Amino acid sequence: MEIYLPIAEVSLDVFVLLALGAGVGFLSGVFGVGGGFLLTPFLIFIGVPPAVAVASSANQLVGASVSGVLAHWKRGNVDFKMGAILLIGGFLGSLLGVWLFGILRRLGQIELVINLCFVLLLGTLGALMLVEGTRTLLRRRRVGMPRRKLHQHTWIHGLPLKMRFRRSKLYISALLPLGLGFLIGILSAIMGIGGGFVMVPAMIYLLGMPTMVVPGTSLFQIIFVAATVTVLQAINNRTVDAMLALVLLIGGVLGAQIGTRMGSRLRGDQLRIMLAVLVLGVAIKLAVDMTMTPEQLYSAAPVL
Amino acid sequence: MRRARQLFLAGALALAIGLPLGGGAARCEPLVADLTGHLIGITGAFTGASVVLFGATDGPGDVVVVVRGPEHDVAVRRKRRVAGIWVNAKEEVFTDVPSFYSIASSRPLDTVAPPAVLGFNEFGLDYLRLKLTRGTLREEDIPFRDALIETQQRERVFAETVGKIDFLGDRLFSTTLRFPSNVPVGTYEVKVFLIRNKAVVSAQTTPLVIAKVGLDAEIADFADRRAAIYGLVAVATAMVAGWLASVPFRNA
Repeated sequence: MEIYLPIAEVSLDVFVLLALGAGVGFLSGVFGVGGGFLLTPFLIFIGVPPAVAVASSANQLVGASVSGVLAHWKRGNVDFKMGAILLIGGFLGSLLGVWLFGILRRLGQIELVINLCFVLLLGTLGALMLVEGTRTLLRRRRVGMPRRKLHQHTWIHGLPLKMRFRRSKLYISALLPLGLGFLIGILSAIMGIGGGFVMVPAMIYLLGMPTMVVPGTSLFQIIFVAATVTVLQAINNRTVDAMLALVLLIGGVLGAQIGTRMGSRLRGDQLRIMLAVLVLGVAIKLAVDMTMTPEQLYSAAPVL
Repeated sequence: MRRARQLFLAGALALAIGLPLGGGAARCEPLVADLTGHLIGITGAFTGASVVLFGATDGPGDVVVVVRGPEHDVAVRRKRRVAGIWVNAKEEVFTDVPSFYSIASSRPLDTVAPPAVLGFNEFGLDYLRLKLTRGTLREEDIPFRDALIETQQRERVFAETVGKIDFLGDRLFSTTLRFPSNVPVGTYEVKVFLIRNKAVVSAQTTPLVIAKVGLDAEIADFADRRAAIYGLVAVATAMVAGWLASVPFRNA
């Protein structure tokens, strides 16, 4: 059954969109990542114009994250204070990102930048997470190995504006989550992602947050960053297809609820390895696509 | 489709009867044509549409129908390998490119008229006049022109083949104009030409409007005119949908 999308100006099969939403929602629930990094490329693949795919993904992320956060909140796995600080940074970053998006689009280089960002980010993160996750798994098996120090002091702990984050059991500089939020805000706007796949590992490795509170807190801040991006894209680029987002959401929220339940049954290190494999897979696929001789050397796009 | 055909027959009949009886004014009209509908409404279930064009001529001759969508500028970019990856390297911007182009003819175009006539009237994609923003096309721009046409054909907005025009006898004709599901909205120009002795002797232009109607039209219109509020509504809708969906799971 086909449905016409008013902003994308194409007709697409409802069931394909629902299935896509459900798959991405499931990931979002399990890992606390929005799944935008899969959603955007898939939407482009099935015929949604890239700019509309990016903006509408952000729109659907809002709903998917609300649904995810509610499930995590019940388990007390959301650090609202940390989320709020990440958010301030995220808001500022997304302002810059939407502006950059417009410039790159006019230059005809938006696709290249989107792809490069994905490959670099996903590749680095996936590799790091895989190494770290495997090491933890091996260490657990070998009893008697010297335990790592629980807490290591680096230059990061010397930064000013220290704050206590009770739920995350952390006492760190507020500049850290602020800067992280800012970077992810930029990525959100350019790539149409909530930034969860960057946020989640950064929270674990950079901020040192306990794995259990990471997905909930990440989703909590994604709600607001994605909401900001949606409104800004609607104003600046007129590329938000609310109809598309809604159909994706219907599939997505169901997937997210199931995913959240599965996620709470898995152990932290297993979760990391699974996410790492997924992230690396997408990175390799994108990298190969970029170096392969394209089927079409020429592309055409309306001038705005 | 059946209704369209009935309409066509009724219209054609009226034209056939009307022409000989209508007296002087009607007799002078060498070409009369109309569409079975002048508005194609795009709704949520839109999967493409077709409109029947029917008409009559005052005697034997060839008929060519050209459909053009509203014009816009299109940037064509060529990829080049830089450090192993493919990037958009060269860009040419074409102005006033029709957003839709299709053509139908009663006989193969090259037998209907000589190249000069085909070129003057832009009959067929080979003769479609495409200009660059920086001036006329040079030899090295030809690949860009070809690429533009090819991409538009892949998008189904430029017809790949010349459509057929059926004649009932040698005076009544009809053809079906087809539009894909991704047809651009706007005011279209449907031009009907009558060709005799390899020259255009008469032409008639009929407008055709393709517009979003119903809920989709309102959404698109709203998104355009009240962008900020639309964005906020889109966000609010998503939030409510997300919350609603988690309700059945609350006690699970």
